[in-house]
Amino acid sequence: MEEINALIHGFSVALTPYNLMLMFVGITLGVIIGVLPGLGGANGVAILLPLTFSMSPTSAIIMLSCIYWGALFGGAITSILFNIPGEPWSVATTFDGYPMAQQGHAGEALTGAFTSSFVGALVAVLMFTFLAPLVAGFALQFGPPEFFSVYLLTFCSFVGTGKGNPFKIVAAMMLGFAMAAVGIDIVTGQLRLTFGFTELLSGFHFLVAVIGLFGIGEILLSMEEGLSFSGHSARINPKIVLQTWAKLPRYWATSIRSCIIGCWMGIIPGGATPASFMSYGVARKMSRNGDKFGTGQLEGVVAPETAAHAAGTSALLPMITLGIPGSPTAAVLLGGLMIWGLQPGPLLFIEQKDFVWGLIASMYLGNIAGLIVVLTAVPLFAAILRVPFPIIAPVIVVICAIGAFTVKNNMLDVWMMVVFGVVGYAFRKLDYPLAPMVLALVLGDSAESSFRQSMLMSQGDLRIFFQNWLVGSLTGLAIIALFWPLISGGIARLRGAATGAARG
Amino acid sequence: MAHNENSTQGVARTVVVDLVVALLIFSLGALVAFDSVRLGASWGSDGPQAGYFPFYIGFLICACSAVVAVQSLARLRTDRRVFVSGGQFRQVLVILLPSAVYVFGVWLIGIYVSSALFIALFMKFAGRYSWLRSASVGLAVSGAAFVLFEIWFTIPLPKGPVEQLLGY
Repeated sequence: MEEINALIHGFSVALTPYNLMLMFVGITLGVIIGVLPGLGGANGVAILLPLTFSMSPTSAIIMLSCIYWGALFGGAITSILFNIPGEPWSVATTFDGYPMAQQGHAGEALTGAFTSSFVGALVAVLMFTFLAPLVAGFALQFGPPEFFSVYLLTFCSFVGTGKGNPFKIVAAMMLGFAMAAVGIDIVTGQLRLTFGFTELLSGFHFLVAVIGLFGIGEILLSMEEGLSFSGHSARINPKIVLQTWAKLPRYWATSIRSCIIGCWMGIIPGGATPASFMSYGVARKMSRNGDKFGTGQLEGVVAPETAAHAAGTSALLPMITLGIPGSPTAAVLLGGLMIWGLQPGPLLFIEQKDFVWGLIASMYLGNIAGLIVVLTAVPLFAAILRVPFPIIAPVIVVICAIGAFTVKNNMLDVWMMVVFGVVGYAFRKLDYPLAPMVLALVLGDSAESSFRQSMLMSQGDLRIFFQNWLVGSLTGLAIIALFWPLISGGIARLRGAATGAARG
Repeated sequence: MAHNENSTQGVARTVVVDLVVALLIFSLGALVAFDSVRLGASWGSDGPQAGYFPFYIGFLICACSAVVAVQSLARLRTDRRVFVSGGQFRQVLVILLPSAVYVFGVWLIGIYVSSALFIALFMKFAGRYSWLRSASVGLAVSGAAFVLFEIWFTIPLPKGPVEQLLGY
């Protein structure tokens, strides 16, 4: 097995004392980010990105991906103890996690959440190890039309899997593309959408957008609630951990289902949030205790946490192999790769073996480190949550401002951050999704250039996107995903009509 | 945004804000489309022109926001949901306005001094903490940022007269 050898080599890259230290630092920072309102995986990584510029790319990605794992773990703490989801993907964890805490089983709920997160991540990493080289090898044959149809599939999936108004999803996405087009056109060298402002020459930087939309936007939204934290305290001792671990194997079927849902939703850009909801819903339908869900069932914590973590991990697969991130955080990591001079995509597996396999090895190690950190340090992280909001809020604004400034050492970016914050607040309240907007901003230039190259190849004939079975099926899938709300609505209506006819 | 009425119940109805935002997005889309046409959105001698791709982006923005606007117009009379209540809006402004002043301060006197001031004043006036606690948290955060960025990672942040006085 070639992959096993490569993985062992990866462990030798990742297992240096320096990298191990970065892993623990990253996990701890990540959990703190996941616990604090206004800082999440995406903008947390965005803010900390400049700190890694002096490191080697491998060490930097290890630290940043560990921040991401930490944020995934951290979301569960706030959900269970405070009924406040620190991250969108941990909303479903509150349904059964918080009732468990109210009944005094907080330790059990937390252990269950962390352990199933770990299981979900581990399964996703295993899948990653064996699937990623295959996908990368496959993608080596891709030309511009294939790449564009993958982009198309990525963006159409947002419409297909999104819950909200499809027109708002497309509008938000296209705004992202429009922002990506601002600045110098790479092909012709013409200035686009700058309207004579020299500040707009280099365009909008997506890190600034991420920090503003998610960070400042979240703070504004949290302020609205007036936030008075009142949480349950939790003690985790080895006895509770062992007791919970003894119970968990009972939910093996739920775990497996959640892993599959998570891996699938992570690869297609649905992301961790819908994966966690879907997994909770499926578990409630399939479980024998389904009707007791919502009253504090351990199984109701296991299902969303497993899926969220599996999805969060597998979102890195298309990012590394195709250069197409499956989630906003993966998009920020992708931006980091580009800043370090690594071009994500299939060639990465050939040209940067140390980097890729070091990263994969660090995914295994990082999640083990994460489990250790969260199981031992829960009281500490819960204490951070008790810091009152009037202290937290300005500190987070300061951190966001520093993060926005360090992106390009540009004062205008700090102003842009505030503007993006207001936009993020309004969009969140009006159900315009932020994730497709950020992904469009990141991928806009690559999507455009693959489209233009395809058009050059075919002299403007759109049929190039159906010229062979590969690109044709990708485009076909994309079109199905785009019209999925209509299709599923039609199926439901047909079924409704059929049962209505049967009754009548 | 249309926050002209100032009642205690609601500053604006969701459907009104929805309509205004959709119209704003529509005008942005129109701007994108027009600028693309100015650059040339068709097929040049050497292939697609610079405005080729953005033109369709602008067109789609206009089309989608028009649908959203029509949808909210249809609900304009019936939908009474509140976008933000007066009290909530005041809370949002409590952090938003000081943040804007803070960013202005960063530009004027550097990031460290304004961060310390911002945190301390916000804690004192919004959180009603004692001067001692507010000042110490402000100074501690600012000091930690200084050590982290200027000394450890040598990433320069905006500085003002006070830092110059200290020799940085």
